[in-house]
Amino acid sequence: MESEANKILDEVTQGDYKYGFVTDIETEYAPIGLSEDTIRYISLKKKEPDFMLEFRLKAYRHWLTMAQPKWAHLNIDPINFQDIIFYAAPKKKKEVSSLDEVDPELLATFNKLGISLDEQKKLAGVAGVAVDAVIDSVSVKTTFSDTLAKHGIIFCSFSEAVQHHPDLVKQYMGSVVPYTDNYFAALNSAVFSDGSFCFIPKGVRCPMELSTYFRINAANTGQFERTLIIAEEGAYVSYMEGCTAPQRDENQLHAAIVEIIALKDASVKYSTVQNWYPGDKNGLGGIYNFVTKRGICKGANAKISWTQVETGSAITWKYPSCILLGDNSVGEFYSVAVTNNHQQADTGTKMMHLGKNTRSTIISKGISAGKSNNSYRGLVRISKNALNSRNYSQCDSLLLGAGCGAHTYPYIQVDNKSSIVEHEATTSKISEDQLFYCQQRGISAESAIGLIVNGYAKEVLKQLPMEFAVEAQKLLSISLEGSVG
Amino acid sequence: MQECRNEGSLAGEGLVSLNILTFDYIKEFVMLLSIKNLHAGINGKTILRGVDLEVNKGEVHAIMGPNGTGKSTLASVIAGREVFDVTEGEILYQGRDLQKLSIEDRAREGIFLGFQYPVEIPGVSITNFMRTAVNEIRKFKGLDPLPAGEFLRMMEEKKQLVEITSNLTNRSVNEGFSGGEKKKNEIFQMAMLEPTLAILDETDSGLDIDALRIVANGVNKLRRHDNAFVVITHYQRLLDYIVPDFVHVLFEGRIVKSGGKELALELEEKGYDWIKKEQE
Repeated sequence: MESEANKILDEVTQGDYKYGFVTDIETEYAPIGLSEDTIRYISLKKKEPDFMLEFRLKAYRHWLTMAQPKWAHLNIDPINFQDIIFYAAPKKKKEVSSLDEVDPELLATFNKLGISLDEQKKLAGVAGVAVDAVIDSVSVKTTFSDTLAKHGIIFCSFSEAVQHHPDLVKQYMGSVVPYTDNYFAALNSAVFSDGSFCFIPKGVRCPMELSTYFRINAANTGQFERTLIIAEEGAYVSYMEGCTAPQRDENQLHAAIVEIIALKDASVKYSTVQNWYPGDKNGLGGIYNFVTKRGICKGANAKISWTQVETGSAITWKYPSCILLGDNSVGEFYSVAVTNNHQQADTGTKMMHLGKNTRSTIISKGISAGKSNNSYRGLVRISKNALNSRNYSQCDSLLLGAGCGAHTYPYIQVDNKSSIVEHEATTSKISEDQLFYCQQRGISAESAIGLIVNGYAKEVLKQLPMEFAVEAQKLLSISLEGSVG
Repeated sequence: MQECRNEGSLAGEGLVSLNILTFDYIKEFVMLLSIKNLHAGINGKTILRGVDLEVNKGEVHAIMGPNGTGKSTLASVIAGREVFDVTEGEILYQGRDLQKLSIEDRAREGIFLGFQYPVEIPGVSITNFMRTAVNEIRKFKGLDPLPAGEFLRMMEEKKQLVEITSNLTNRSVNEGFSGGEKKKNEIFQMAMLEPTLAILDETDSGLDIDALRIVANGVNKLRRHDNAFVVITHYQRLLDYIVPDFVHVLFEGRIVKSGGKELALELEEKGYDWIKKEQE
């Protein structure tokens, strides 16, 4: 019975990565390898103030004392940091202020990826999406900055923020994820290139979705983006992040940091659709994705919600977390992680309950196919003072075929008696019965798998902003094409 | 009008030759399913040992028999379930060799199987499920997808036909359904897909008398001169509501007795023992 189901799953086409193209653009590189000189080069290129260079060098020196963590359920080939280029930027002729001045080749690239950088394309009366487009190490264009500025919202590249809003950067950068936090956070703090900066002032509800699109283009290059989101008292913002990379035989490194600060009564919703190149069917190539994402609910009643759909990367190491410091603050983590072929994912969250009456929800849906391994790793910690706190966790695994693995590593620590923690976990398979039932109604095996997987992930997908949800649904089906051996 | 009459007289001449063309043409036109000497099994174990069955358009056939004689296997083999191997014999559907068609193509060509144990598909609403099915079948027939409004109207109409409440279709397919709800859902899907050949595998099992009546009414309302039903059941009870044209007894992988609806009553009265004895 099962082998029949496997055969059908196997036959469900051989899908290729759609975003694997390379754009031929003139690029400027840092000398290969990592040293203090590399860091000085990056800082100089970005015309950074002294405090940034000092921060980078401190991080670098700390990183040198650290070793790559081994606790994740991942097989990682040794990374030779001297073989990586840490900075690559499309050469620009001059500073760009309008879209006409952005290299047409870059515009074409983003159009091909389905990302419009043309503000005129916004339909009248419909809330648009403001986009910060990052290619390799630099942001090439941020749309709607002027519109947003009218509300006092700052949405720009991180590099611009360093230039124009150094005080805010100084105040918040590293406050949630210090450079000492972990190996990859230290590395990022030393060499980070670009990313987005969002600041929503007190009482402002951001009128449009903010989003950053990350694209790796250059070969042998790492991308080290850094994003900082600050929501002042009573502010609200929904932020989305998407990413792709060309198809290459060698592994490429991506080590990012995202920090979110939500003050009293503020609410931040952060959605990711991660579709880095996953490597080929034999596990050759693909992105190594080591990401530290963390938010802090600093004031009372603050809320941070993470939603992620992880379909890409050869290796994913990522735990978007919430520090619930303010009383009554809320943390949420909704995740769908798909692994196929030889992909490996070790992903989950940390919910640190420090304030009273804090609440957190974790919904994690793992889908494994092929020879892949998919792990959920989560920590729920309720401190002594976090009285009357609650956590609900649900971790489900769906297995497609017999060659893949699903693992769950929940860690729970509760230090007071008035709090309640619930954890539910299930493991299931797409059964031959389900496939046959769908096919008997005239639905092809391919559509049936798409339907079943999307149904399974529904609780998470419905959390995504509409602009993302449809794309994510398609992506889920596509990522499983050619699954199971 | 004048021209019509002229043509009419020509057609009259044609009728004579039609009689000469023999009965075969008409037979092919009304014959839906023809099973000859069908042998099939699973994992090397033979279950069907030479089934012969002919079903014409407009007919309702009941297949009865004790447990484990191959009733559900027959239904699954017609639907094309891949875990079963056909080792001998043929199944013709509208004159075509069914074995050359995939499961979904059989469904798209009008074969419907009402499941004995409908499976749950969590997170997929019946509406979404049916919309996918209807549109894939339309695509197969070269038609555009049904516009959302039209689809919803069709849903409402069919829901009334099978007397199901509207909130059922918003729920995930069969998830947490009672036995009766699952079977009503099967009949609802049948109404939506309007099959040419519907096989109902023990649709009556586990139903109380009200649900049984609703299910049977659904079938009766869908009966037409151009479709056919094969109703697999253990009990005569269902056949009080769905009156069959033919009753067949499947025993040890073969149809050993066929008759009219009275055969069902006879079986009800005497049980299957006398069939067994006859076979010995």
